[in-house]
Amino acid sequence: MSASLATQLVNLFASLLLLIAFAMLAQRRVLSLIHLFAWQGAVLALNTALVAFVTHQHHLYYSALLTLILKVILLPWILHRLIDKLNVRWDVETLVNIPTTMLIGVGLVIIGFNVAMPISHLSETVTRGTLGIALASVLLSFMMLITRRKAVPQVIGFLAMENGLFFAATSATYGMPLVVELGVALDVLVGTFIFGIFTFHLREAFDSLDIEHIEKLKER
Amino acid sequence: MNAAIAIQLGQAVLVVLLAPLFAGWVNQCRAWLQNRRGPGMLQPYRVLRKLFHKDAVLAHRASFLFRATPYIRFGCMVLAAYIIPTLASGLPISPAADVIALVGIFALGRVFMALAAMDIGTAFGTMGARREMLVAFLAEPALLMVFFTPALISQSTSLSTIVHTLAYQPFVIHPGLAFAAIAFLMVLLAENARLPIDNPATHLELTMIHEALVLEYSARHLALMDWASNLKLLAYATMGLALFAPWGIARTIDGPSLWLALACLPVKLAVAGAALALLETLSAKLRIFRAPEFLAMAFLLAVLGLLTHVLLEGAA
Amino acid sequence: MALEGSQLAIALVLVGGLHWFAVGMAGLAVPQSLFWIARILFPLGALGGLAVAAGGVVALPQEPAAAILPLGLPDLPFHVRVDALSAFFLVLLGIAAVGVSIFSAGYFRAGQGTAPGLLCVQYHVFLASMALVLVADDAYLFMVAWETMALSSYFLVTSNHRMPEIRRAGFIYLLIAHVGAVAILLSYGVLQAGQGDYVFSSMRAHAPQGAWASTAFVLALFGFGAKAGLLPLHVWLPEAHPAAPSPVSALMSGVMLKTAIYGLLRVTFDLLGAPQWWWGVLILVLGLLTAVFGAMFAAVQTDMKRLLAYSSIENIGVVLIAIGLATTFRAYSMPLLAALALTAALYHCINHALFKSLLFLATGSVLHSTKERNLGKLGGLVHSMPSVAFFALIGALAIAGVPPLNGFVSEWLLLQAFLATPSLPNSYLNMLIPLGAAALTLSAGLAGYVMVKFYGVIFLGQPREPALAHAHDAGWLERLGMAWLVAGCVALGLLPLKIVAILDPVNSLLLAQTLSETAGRSGWLFITVLAPERASYSPLIVFCGMLSVVAATFLAVRFRYGGRVRRSDPWDCGHPGLTPRMQDTAEGFGQPIKQIFEPMFRIERQLPTPFDERPVYRATADDHFWYWAYLPVARLTERVSRWIGVLQHGRISLYLLYSLATLVVLLLVVS
Repeated sequence: MSASLATQLVNLFASLLLLIAFAMLAQRRVLSLIHLFAWQGAVLALNTALVAFVTHQHHLYYSALLTLILKVILLPWILHRLIDKLNVRWDVETLVNIPTTMLIGVGLVIIGFNVAMPISHLSETVTRGTLGIALASVLLSFMMLITRRKAVPQVIGFLAMENGLFFAATSATYGMPLVVELGVALDVLVGTFIFGIFTFHLREAFDSLDIEHIEKLKER
Repeated sequence: MNAAIAIQLGQAVLVVLLAPLFAGWVNQCRAWLQNRRGPGMLQPYRVLRKLFHKDAVLAHRASFLFRATPYIRFGCMVLAAYIIPTLASGLPISPAADVIALVGIFALGRVFMALAAMDIGTAFGTMGARREMLVAFLAEPALLMVFFTPALISQSTSLSTIVHTLAYQPFVIHPGLAFAAIAFLMVLLAENARLPIDNPATHLELTMIHEALVLEYSARHLALMDWASNLKLLAYATMGLALFAPWGIARTIDGPSLWLALACLPVKLAVAGAALALLETLSAKLRIFRAPEFLAMAFLLAVLGLLTHVLLEGAA
Repeated sequence: MALEGSQLAIALVLVGGLHWFAVGMAGLAVPQSLFWIARILFPLGALGGLAVAAGGVVALPQEPAAAILPLGLPDLPFHVRVDALSAFFLVLLGIAAVGVSIFSAGYFRAGQGTAPGLLCVQYHVFLASMALVLVADDAYLFMVAWETMALSSYFLVTSNHRMPEIRRAGFIYLLIAHVGAVAILLSYGVLQAGQGDYVFSSMRAHAPQGAWASTAFVLALFGFGAKAGLLPLHVWLPEAHPAAPSPVSALMSGVMLKTAIYGLLRVTFDLLGAPQWWWGVLILVLGLLTAVFGAMFAAVQTDMKRLLAYSSIENIGVVLIAIGLATTFRAYSMPLLAALALTAALYHCINHALFKSLLFLATGSVLHSTKERNLGKLGGLVHSMPSVAFFALIGALAIAGVPPLNGFVSEWLLLQAFLATPSLPNSYLNMLIPLGAAALTLSAGLAGYVMVKFYGVIFLGQPREPALAHAHDAGWLERLGMAWLVAGCVALGLLPLKIVAILDPVNSLLLAQTLSETAGRSGWLFITVLAPERASYSPLIVFCGMLSVVAATFLAVRFRYGGRVRRSDPWDCGHPGLTPRMQDTAEGFGQPIKQIFEPMFRIERQLPTPFDERPVYRATADDHFWYWAYLPVARLTERVSRWIGVLQHGRISLYLLYSLATLVVLLLVVS
């Protein structure tokens, strides 16, 4: 496979990642959000496998496999169970209306890319052009974290942010050492469990998943 | 030169004659997907024939605008059929209008249709006009933005040059086009009164846009309006094919490439029509005030496609 | 021969201007005779317009020519100069003035506010002062002409001065005009760079550098922006335009706003040296905001002239977008693209002068024949005023930007300029420019919405008031005036290559680059950008193709199926009694825009409750700027003046004491 085709494919995956990040920003339904998250994981796994194939870095195959298992199968399954248990398949309310959110998102993409540009110029890898997009999707997920008011979409936003970071790592430095990656994966898994437990408690305490209720906890 | 003009004319005539068939194919696919038998692919022709043979009924207050509009709108769509490279690119009339002018020509047809709907002064007509313009004022910029990504890639707004660049240059993956394609699909659905925005099968007044606009038309006027709508759908489909699947469109005017183009076209259109029907079957109609949101998303997606292109390929 | 030609041009323009002045003064001879004023003087004024336009046409391809008038203060004679830039705007002024003057001959009637004689003076002085602004070659004459223009138009706006809201509109207009004039004066002060010489040639030779150049630019942008209706300074426009008589609105919107564009171009491209890149970006961003804002507000208006006023704001925004692009390209030394963008700007200027004047004149005819400005009380006029309806249809289509009319050509050129943006050496800019193109297309889409609303509600449907049945078509002079402008719209729409060639001297003057060579590469039928395979457009082919298809379809259908028509009532869904009140109102048409862009408006709704005896629904969509920017400033001014007012006691000796104290303090400071 020629280097230029590989670069093009990585660019394609990067823009798919961005597209999915935007789709998540625009999505009202929790169930579709989870599907989108799974798709994002799949794109990520494919991209990692591609980079592994092009650069002959075998440890990247493992991390692609790990991504596949964790982010395409396991986490979506956990989230599915979570929303089944909590019975929250309804539409998500957003704090800001969706076109505005997306407009701000476009601004974030511009900023993300410009900030990443000097770093991408330093990098020598085939995938350096995508660093900006990775950063942009991190910012977009952050944005989703802010604009959602229910707990489950926030969890998904957090996980999507991690996806962006992972993509940045793959594109800038051909991935982190496997040990670090395993640790991060474990962290994410544990984080999701904690979030799950947290949401259960949230509902028990306030009979709602609206995180605005947490504001009541502050001391006056 | 004479051959080119003949092919130009032939392409236009072919598109004008094929348009009802394509609409019939989409409807037939939809019927199959919904486990119905459907009226058959030739039904639009039968409808046109029936309408042409009837006497026209006009409202008392109809002005010259109302009577001229079916012809003008039909003329706009035929002109579009001349310009869009359906069979071959680089035909003699195609330099007369680039993609921006093409959007303008569609806008001309739409403005006249909206004005004609307001002409009689009924509640439905004006409501339809308002809704049509509501869809249009977002769909039109979205369509322009969709065109701008391939225009930047090929450094040209002429559809012929775009087809040349995308189909005959060495193959390059353009990620920006993926965004543009999705946005284009959304615009296509909205502009042709298809499902998430408008329901072509309904006659329930409160949910309709397109039907409210042509409510006062009858007989030959209605036939022309319907034919123009079929043409518009086919024009969008062929535009989409030219932008996102340009393979097979003849570059030079010679026998083999034209036969290839003639063979590719029905296959591509059949697939596109079936996909359109599938998409429509899977989606549910949106409330009218979700429509601007839908279109705003199409618009932003198209802008994002443009940005992605500038980001990933512009600097290189 | 060249010298003779350019001197001829100056002579023609000055004769035209003097002619206007004389015609105005002749109005005072018999100030109450409507026949003398309307039927004789106004058509004579149209001749002055022809002279000015002819002067401009002669001067466009010539070298600049200057002259010194034996007028003005001692040692400060008036300098005049006609170069390609002023020649272009003179053509614009002349052409629009011809149409509007002919229309006015049939328009002005007795018994409205100002006496006809006075109106005639103000109108023609207004025209003459605009011509003088365009030929002024020193800041002194420029400011004199500029202020004369502002004052004469102020009097014209308030010609119906017995209505308090018109006086208020006039006051706001005068205030902003003067704040702008002060900024322009300061800008010229910076531009003369300590030379003490206010002649433009000296400013050009000693253009300030660095921060001073930027100061001069920002002051000029503020000053001319105030006149043009640039975003935070636009509030006078929707007040003043509806208040003025329609021909005056037409001139103000069509021509006077362009003098501000002329001033901005003169300072930015001619007097100041090389621009800095952020100037262009500033103009671009303000232009984008202005365009989208104007279009959005136009969509929710219910007064037809206010609607057109907001649409003027939008169009000025479009012109500024083009100028911003041109400045940016010029700053990065890309003269060809700068010429493309500048051509788009000038093209849109003259387009707007034609179609906006046309539409204002059409509203004038509607106003005269129905006494109504409120869109909610109009409708169905296509039957009683067919010729006005036809002219207005052309104008509305042109402004909506559909081919093959002229509005589309400038929009096309501007979009091409956006698309031709190669990698500018600034990555943020590279990414912002697609967003700019997006905002521009959005405003263009909204303009289509606005025009369907404007035309549909006024001319189509059923009359919303019984009185409209007595509406009558415009007189022959009014129709002639509108036909002149319609002809301009069609010509500009169908022959873009010719127009670009005519505009080209301006490009070569300001950018040392011509466009017509690259624009005409595909022959006279097509207009192309940079290269034929890049982009080309041929309105003539589009128009003829359309015409032939329509004719062929019509004949075929007629021949094959006959043309039988049965008239009947419209379909009423089984509920008999279709009344005009069931149609969409202007509010109804604006409602979706109001809902989508709700945060942009300051909406006040008065909703009826179910228990109201006489339910009333009222909704207003106001301008945030008024509340966020203007009222605080007004309150602050009031507070400060109250505070200063403490000093006033009304005793002469106390005031003299103040003078003495000031004198003593100053002497102390000086020593």
